[in-house]
Amino acid sequence: MKLIYEKSQAGRRGIGIPKPDLPVPAVPPELARQEPPRLPELAEPEVMRHFTALSTRNFGIDTGFYPLGSCTMKYNPRVNERLAGLPGFAGLHPLVEDDAAQGALELEWNLQEILLEVTGLDAVSLQPAAGSQGELTGLMLFRAYFADRGESETRRKIVIPDTAHGTNPASVTMAGFEVTHVKTDARGNIDVDDLRGKVDEQTAGLMLTNPSTLGLFDENIEEIRDIFHGAGALMYYDGANLNAVCGVSRPGDMGFDVVHINLHKTFAQPHGGGGPGGGPIAVRDLLEPFLPAPVVVKDGATFRLDYDRPKTIGKVRAFSGPFGVFVRSYAFMRSYGPGLLEMSEVAVLNANYMLARLKGAYDVQYDRLCMHEFVLSARHLKKEHGVSALDVAKRLMDYGFHPPTIYFPLVVPEALMIEPTESEAKETLDAFCDAMIAIAREAAEDPEIVHTAPHSRPVQRLDEVRAAKQPVVRFQFGGHPARQS
Amino acid sequence: MTASESYPDDLLYHAEHDWARIDGDEAVLGVTWYAQDALGELVHYEPPALGATIGKDASYGEVESVKAVSDLISPLSGEVLEINQKVVDAPETVNEDPYGDGWLIRIRMSSPDEREQLLDRAGYARVLEAEA
Amino acid sequence: MSYLSLTDADREAMLATIGISSVEELFRDIPPGVRYARELDVAPALTEVELQRHLEELASKNTVDEVCFLGAGIYDHYVPAVVDAVLQRGEFLTAYTPYQPEMSQGVLQAIFEYQTAICELTGMDVSNASGYDGTTVAADACFVAKHATGRSKVVVTEATNPQVRQVVKTYAPGFGLEVVEVPHEGGTTDPDRVRDAAEGAAAVIFQQPNFFGILEHAPELAAAANDAEAMPIAHVDLVSLGVLEAPGNYGCAMAIGEGQSAGNAMSYGGPHYGFLAARSDYIRRLPGRIVGETVDAAGDRGYVLTLQTREQHIRREKATSNITTNQTLLALAGLVHLSLLGPQGLRELGETCMALAGYAQGRLAAAGLEPVFPEKATFKEFAVHTGRNAREALGAARAQGIYAGYPLGRDYPGLDDALLVAVTEKRTVEEIDRLVEALS
Repeated sequence: MKLIYEKSQAGRRGIGIPKPDLPVPAVPPELARQEPPRLPELAEPEVMRHFTALSTRNFGIDTGFYPLGSCTMKYNPRVNERLAGLPGFAGLHPLVEDDAAQGALELEWNLQEILLEVTGLDAVSLQPAAGSQGELTGLMLFRAYFADRGESETRRKIVIPDTAHGTNPASVTMAGFEVTHVKTDARGNIDVDDLRGKVDEQTAGLMLTNPSTLGLFDENIEEIRDIFHGAGALMYYDGANLNAVCGVSRPGDMGFDVVHINLHKTFAQPHGGGGPGGGPIAVRDLLEPFLPAPVVVKDGATFRLDYDRPKTIGKVRAFSGPFGVFVRSYAFMRSYGPGLLEMSEVAVLNANYMLARLKGAYDVQYDRLCMHEFVLSARHLKKEHGVSALDVAKRLMDYGFHPPTIYFPLVVPEALMIEPTESEAKETLDAFCDAMIAIAREAAEDPEIVHTAPHSRPVQRLDEVRAAKQPVVRFQFGGHPARQS
Repeated sequence: MTASESYPDDLLYHAEHDWARIDGDEAVLGVTWYAQDALGELVHYEPPALGATIGKDASYGEVESVKAVSDLISPLSGEVLEINQKVVDAPETVNEDPYGDGWLIRIRMSSPDEREQLLDRAGYARVLEAEA
Repeated sequence: MSYLSLTDADREAMLATIGISSVEELFRDIPPGVRYARELDVAPALTEVELQRHLEELASKNTVDEVCFLGAGIYDHYVPAVVDAVLQRGEFLTAYTPYQPEMSQGVLQAIFEYQTAICELTGMDVSNASGYDGTTVAADACFVAKHATGRSKVVVTEATNPQVRQVVKTYAPGFGLEVVEVPHEGGTTDPDRVRDAAEGAAAVIFQQPNFFGILEHAPELAAAANDAEAMPIAHVDLVSLGVLEAPGNYGCAMAIGEGQSAGNAMSYGGPHYGFLAARSDYIRRLPGRIVGETVDAAGDRGYVLTLQTREQHIRREKATSNITTNQTLLALAGLVHLSLLGPQGLRELGETCMALAGYAQGRLAAAGLEPVFPEKATFKEFAVHTGRNAREALGAARAQGIYAGYPLGRDYPGLDDALLVAVTEKRTVEEIDRLVEALS
């Protein structure tokens, strides 16, 4: 399919601009644009057609099942789009005086109250723009807390399990701490014996997802809490897997002092092809003074933004946060009410049903019920038939499904991490399991068709080596490398 | 065309899957067949600067495939005399010939006694068995 | 609950397959001490009708009918209807990050087109697929500069957006960076002061047009940074780049900024998108996703995420950034808006803003509301003396239905009587005349 630049024709326009009958001040010549930027020139119908055509080459939750582990690809309710687009929300400038934003501030306050109930903690900042930014913010809070106590020179280490998502160690580095790894035991829990030797007065804290990226609830969480708090360290909860435990178990009760919530996972903010998201954090009151500014405050019947925060770590993002994301997530939460418990129950039921159907055809490393997601291994397919997890993923596309997450977590070879979410019907789960079983059979009987998949997408398997070796990251106009199509 | 699995006798090995070929008071360094197999086809080689000082067990550069990046761990300490430009230009050379054309750097050893701490072929084979 | 398909019959069948007798058994691994035993203490569930009523009531408590002359980083530009229509395509809206390229050619190609547009506008060689907003991309750029130069100091002009500076200072301690500010003089920044401050610095960040809406001597600021071997990083406004020169053409190493003006509603501050572009030397150090072109097994052109070894999911603690979720959908909105405008439309957009802002400045001066920084060329925003406390002036204007601007005294000492007034292509001569009346 052509790039929009390849469809451009000089002189075409997609939108007009008002031209008031006024002089245009001159830009000083040394600052003025010399050559116009080569933006596309198309009329509106062609622009609409181009982006519509692009969309048909893409797969979303609206298209079909999208079981990416730890991504929580649940249905995005359409009413939320309508509500985020209300002029009273979409047309509101973030720097208006608080009296002009009482509806927005009340919404933020209400959202915070729900997050406090779900997490079991004391205060919230809505500012972080994504889960990984929430992580970084949480670690900055750790640093501020220890500095306040005169312990910043000693508290250097953050403990992370070997199953952790890559953002965790990356955030640790950006926050200026050091990573200490802890192992996972045969039950899929943190290896507590390994842990004990690694937590001392040089430890700042733990970063953990619970349930873990293996989809398993850590059975020793209370002991882990005692080890860290006993050493004067703090605990950070990566909320990526919160969909499993809403109303079931609260991170604050598990012992966590900071939690980030992924609004684009648990609370149905659409993923948009990679973003936007929202990564608000909830904290225990000992960390509240350090929260980013401003903080939403309720004074009787009115709401305001409080900037007078002497111990704040500063600001991690502009304004109070990605407000449009709050509207959608808040609407989702209000649609469920206390039924958020049922949301988690169905998410966990769906995952266990699939695990029960698939554990014959694929390897399962941990002999336990899972939570909202589970990890299979294609190790024996690789060993006996040379068919890898990658091959299985590509072949699933031919059956009309988006593949699950592959090669993560790192502790499982040829991993396939599957999270159905609560919004899928049983027939969909069955169709996916049927496809997985069929592919396992194809691996034995006709491996070539799996190796060369996908066959039914707009493109065949793409050469990622070439893309990395000879990066072409923009259209080159006259000098663009020639290709077919 | 990837090479087939081999671990030459005339090399010394480091547990992080790097090799050294001693040549008088100089040494040529590279990564083993196991390393290039684990990474997949290499797409990038980030070498050290000429004349740089590198330390035993420390990282002296990086190689990347599409799906992974790996520190190059030096088996020996010394001064960088030469960098294999062929690998910079065509990183896949390492996959094709990890011990010949796929060499990475040549150094002048600063502490030749360090060779005593390296593994021979048999010792490295035991490291590989433990990984499996 | 209409978002759930599960029936009683489904539940029975599934429990039987799993081999347990109740949903409660699914949670048997959770220690009783951390099991939440009560019902969640939140308001009862709302049906869609009730939900709409509740949200409309909240929206009605916001004031959006005062004519908007407020800017200071976020602007009331017109968002074309085509942008909304494209964003509501479910295949874009509900798609995930394109890690499986064969399922995601739509998003990948759109990002490639976006990257191209950003490079064209800024005169750079490589752009990422977006950062969170115009403040965090400044922190990202500092991280790139630190690793590219090995230096631990960054210089930021005081005339750069206060929130950008705050975010850089929040990130700096974790990066091990010292931040030095260069004060403005009469609303602009002296290149000699920058040259001195940039001694031993990794980067110099300046804004063009700056926070006061004024055009800096940008090529000289870039030259001052280059003289000190610090990376010049320009924080720019996309919709100004039809009339203002591209940073890549006057010596900058990177160009960053807030993309909201191209394609996004103001929405009380987000979601929006930060853009980040650089010379090709820095491609391997860039944070965020990058889409590259390649071929498939049949030799046909296709798109993939590339150079992923920079990113957290591979490089983990040595990643160029921890960023994962970005702002793709909002960047797509920007691409659609820019595609509708084309080069001529972008130029006209800039000229119309300048014409209306020039008219506003002239009429205000004639009414005795003098410019704070006289004789300085501006783009779509300018600072004006109100002759009294700016908040009071704002209050009086608001009482007449005009949101007259941003009180600069919030961020800059000695400017308590100054309002920063923004004029976009949505404003009319009549509205500007009302602004003048409301402030006089």
